[in-house]
Amino acid sequence: MTTMTIAKAINEGLRATLKNNPKALLMGEDIGALGGVYRVTEGLKKEFGADRVVDTPLAEAGIIGTAIGLALRGYHPICEIQFDGFVFPGFNQITTQLAKIHARSAGQLSTPVVIRIPYGGGIGSIEHHSESPEALFAHTAGLRIISPSNAHDAYWMIQQAAACPDPVIVFEPKRRYWQKGEINTDDPGLDPFQARVIHPGTDATIVVYGPLVPVALAAADAAEEDGHSVEVIDLRSISPMDFETVSTSVEKTGRLIVAHEAPTFGGVGGEIAARISERCFYALESPVLRVGGFHMPYPVARVEEHYLPDVDRLLEALDRALAY
Amino acid sequence: MAERRRAAAARVKEPAAPPEAQTTRAFPADEPPEQLLGYYADMVLIRKFELSADQMYKRAKIGGYCHLNLGEEAIVVGLMAALLPTDYLFTNYRDHGYALMRGLEPGRVMAELFGKSTGVSKGRGGSMHMFDVGVRLLGGYGIVGGQLPPATGAALALTYRGAPGPDAEVVMCQLGDGTTNIGAFHESLNLAAVWHLPIVYVVVNNRLGMGTTVEAAAGEPELYKRGSSYRIPGERVDGTDVLAVRNGARRALDRARLKREPALLEVMCYRLRGHSVVDPARYRSSADVETAQAADPVPLLRQSLIAAGLLDEAEAQRFEADADARVAAAVAFADASPDPSPSQLFDYAYATPVPNAPHALPGEPVVVLP
Repeated sequence: MTTMTIAKAINEGLRATLKNNPKALLMGEDIGALGGVYRVTEGLKKEFGADRVVDTPLAEAGIIGTAIGLALRGYHPICEIQFDGFVFPGFNQITTQLAKIHARSAGQLSTPVVIRIPYGGGIGSIEHHSESPEALFAHTAGLRIISPSNAHDAYWMIQQAAACPDPVIVFEPKRRYWQKGEINTDDPGLDPFQARVIHPGTDATIVVYGPLVPVALAAADAAEEDGHSVEVIDLRSISPMDFETVSTSVEKTGRLIVAHEAPTFGGVGGEIAARISERCFYALESPVLRVGGFHMPYPVARVEEHYLPDVDRLLEALDRALAY
Repeated sequence: MAERRRAAAARVKEPAAPPEAQTTRAFPADEPPEQLLGYYADMVLIRKFELSADQMYKRAKIGGYCHLNLGEEAIVVGLMAALLPTDYLFTNYRDHGYALMRGLEPGRVMAELFGKSTGVSKGRGGSMHMFDVGVRLLGGYGIVGGQLPPATGAALALTYRGAPGPDAEVVMCQLGDGTTNIGAFHESLNLAAVWHLPIVYVVVNNRLGMGTTVEAAAGEPELYKRGSSYRIPGERVDGTDVLAVRNGARRALDRARLKREPALLEVMCYRLRGHSVVDPARYRSSADVETAQAADPVPLLRQSLIAAGLLDEAEAQRFEADADARVAAAVAFADASPDPSPSQLFDYAYATPVPNAPHALPGEPVVVLP
């Protein structure tokens, strides 16, 4: 057991990957000499050299596209996208090539590329630097999408992503980069594509992932003071989605609230609501409720706290669910 | 702005003036006759294959879209004659001839067009997506410009594996004239330049991006010059001359192989048909179509070989009959091949099994009621 921040945990996970897999390499804008805007790759270029930690020009389609080409020739590139909103120049390569070459070539070729994207708000920045675009990628078959919420998962999930034969996008909760946690460096404990029950309860279930996990835990604690027992599930994997764990919980609690920073419209929460309504129709005591961002561009810094889901909004949703 | 556009459009109504129409071309003395005849046989095979694909499309044997190499036979054969078996090839969606010339059985290529399970990609790629790892064909790509960054990455991978030299592996990335206007072209060339990658970008300039002329679309319509802002040398060759294409490709490939530097090769040609099989190309003037037909590389090589005394009419007909037979066999094979099974619908979506994939086909119950 060792304690470190999420950023450091990813750094250590990347270090372990580079050590264990000679075919793994990192690519991104200013990830080498600078160590990345969030210093997640700090020290790795010095340790592994410029060929394994590649500083690229500002060219997301070029970064992701060349990573695909490297993967076609047997390498395991791990790309850093500097901020969530910066992934869009590379969106074409991700959705039209990265996700589909395996299917298109009838399995002759695989593209084991990892794309790391610091995402989400709460850092006083604006659009392009605070967005949560995970649903845009979850809609594309061929991609796997995960989001760690704590140091232990961050350390292991980046390594598990790097070992996966499929392309994996890792959405990293940037406002939690400095959140410390314990890491068991001997055992990941869980497959990266499984959800984890992180707070047991009996009256309602809250499903969250990434940066909202601490918010949901705080809401569960507050609800407990009001006499409500809330089960919190850290979804961890957005695609594929672990409906088993969620539906097992909802069969028990009868109520489900899904929360994410991304706008609820057309979002991941809608998919969970639909699936759980199909699977748990007879167990549900109330409609599945969603708490999330609004259908608007990410707001300016001074008012972002009104946009981001917080404990109060989760508790309001809980009250509504329990009122049925 | 609109006025400027109209003025520009007026200026470039017709595609660039063609070279003088030639009836025959002389061959260098050191060119082995059997090699020249081999190139001709290959060009005839591509011609016959593509004419057959056109027919099969019109008979609804081929679905979707189908882009033919008609008019580009000398380019395909010349480029593939220069590319070594150890090299890697990425192409755009006009890829049938390349697959054939990399040595894939015409039957497997036709079956891929038909969408049959015996196709190059088991019917999953279709006309635009020929993949065969064995012959190092790393894909036809249906999205314009989609192949450039991956091809550039494959070239980066080669730099990790070996030193430059006569045996070094290199990447050839074929693209069309319209692709040189896309961002991925410029990002890729820039990366290839700063990383000194062993890659040759081949621009097949058939003068039309669908129906838009190069002059109306490109700020620098002499496309071989577009590498200059990345200090990538460019060369333009006559794409109706198989030897000119092969020799130009060899020069570019040698640079990549020996010096580990990228190169840009522009090959000029005419598209004999529409952009795809369904395009009647009404935007072309009859003069332009006549010019294109006059520059048809297949009869040009035929006449040249006859004029040089390397081929006679009877032999030429035998070449054509051979190609006809191979293509007919390919069509028969494709026609008789089974469709992919619906039970394989979800195969290859992921490289590893995915839990929770909704393996319910339309009509099947998604939820089993208690």
